[in-house]
Amino acid sequence: MSKMRIATTWLDGCSGCHMSLLDLDDRLADMAQQIEIVYGPLVDALEFPEAVDVALVEGAVSSDADVKKVRLIRERSKILVSFGDCAVTSNVPAMRNEFRVQEVLQRGYEENVSCHGQIPGVGVPALMPQVRPVHEYVEVDVFLPGCPPPADAIFFLLSELLQGRIPDLTGKSRFGA
Amino acid sequence: MTAADAFSRKKSNTEARSVRILTFKIDDRDVSAREDETILAVARQNNIYIPTLCHLDGLSERGACRLCIVEIKGSPKLVPACVTRGREGIEVITNSERIADYRRKILELIFTERNHVCSVCVSNGHCELQQLAVNLGMTHVHYDYLYPRLAIDASHERFSLDHDRCVLCLRCVRVCDEIEGAHTWDVMKRGINSRVITDLNQPWGSSSTCTGCGKCVQVCPTGALSEKGKSVAEMVKRRQFLPYLQLMRGVDRE
Repeated sequence: MSKMRIATTWLDGCSGCHMSLLDLDDRLADMAQQIEIVYGPLVDALEFPEAVDVALVEGAVSSDADVKKVRLIRERSKILVSFGDCAVTSNVPAMRNEFRVQEVLQRGYEENVSCHGQIPGVGVPALMPQVRPVHEYVEVDVFLPGCPPPADAIFFLLSELLQGRIPDLTGKSRFGA
Repeated sequence: MTAADAFSRKKSNTEARSVRILTFKIDDRDVSAREDETILAVARQNNIYIPTLCHLDGLSERGACRLCIVEIKGSPKLVPACVTRGREGIEVITNSERIADYRRKILELIFTERNHVCSVCVSNGHCELQQLAVNLGMTHVHYDYLYPRLAIDASHERFSLDHDRCVLCLRCVRVCDEIEGAHTWDVMKRGINSRVITDLNQPWGSSSTCTGCGKCVQVCPTGALSEKGKSVAEMVKRRQFLPYLQLMRGVDRE
């Protein structure tokens, strides 16, 4: 049996969901025979590869780069998992939605710095007017809420996917966590 | 005055008068009930779970959240169990695909209407709204989040109000009016613009009617009303006084 090709990515979030993934500890090692992590912050791959079986998308869609990324991921992945509260609800990143982008940038890069206040404009992705959850941009197959989702829920998710089932995550995790 | 209101003003159940006893069915179980009991009350007596949010034992019924909707066989309408009384011979269904679907939609609308950021909320882990999402199997919303810009009133010495987390259950309004007797809380505007207010929309801290009893904070199902000084997940509501509410109301209105 060929290994399940897993990609993970981290949009506008804190990487906590990835930490929780690592909290699988030895269960992750046990699973290593059946899975291959082909892309993500945990491995060294520059481009999002073709023919990914499962993509775990952490974080909300916040910038134009996120939009491009999430669309490419959808195109190249069989199953896309909205991984954690930021992906599912926009969570904390969306707290900026009450303000205009310019206000947010001014606050962060000019008002709150002690010297050389300057809003970055070159070489960084432009912020979208609002932070929105992943499923508002692309079709999502599985929603795993939680901030972060508990390791047990992630383990259940991966185990079910390995068995070729779309997991029923009812009661396994909750918003906030 | 709404039916629910009239209902709440009914005389205490302790006085002697003849009450008809009805028999009907809830989820295929035969139940008997007094004619003045709601479907919700009868279901609870029979350990049949109906989800609720605005309901609180000891307060008048408001029928605000609609999460307790049930089907009555032969009727196309769904009715809120908390403000609907039983009738002889009816067959009530408390859970079906249709009901579950509507309940989830209602919950999703509540989540999208304000800014419920569970992960940084004082009530994280102790929140009735958060728990309902788990109980009703809601893993995400199908509607667009509105992300409204809402104010926080932290002018009170001991408590704060965060409209981001308010679900308009109006427990605060009811407990303040019916139990404390202060009627500091009320509601302004309509529909999606509705807000709970203190006095005539004055800062809570400057309220001349608020007694500072904190009952509103303790009955609030979310982190909308909280004690100051509490950090994320630290706000555990103390409801030990609730069993006495019913008693107090009964005595009060006789």
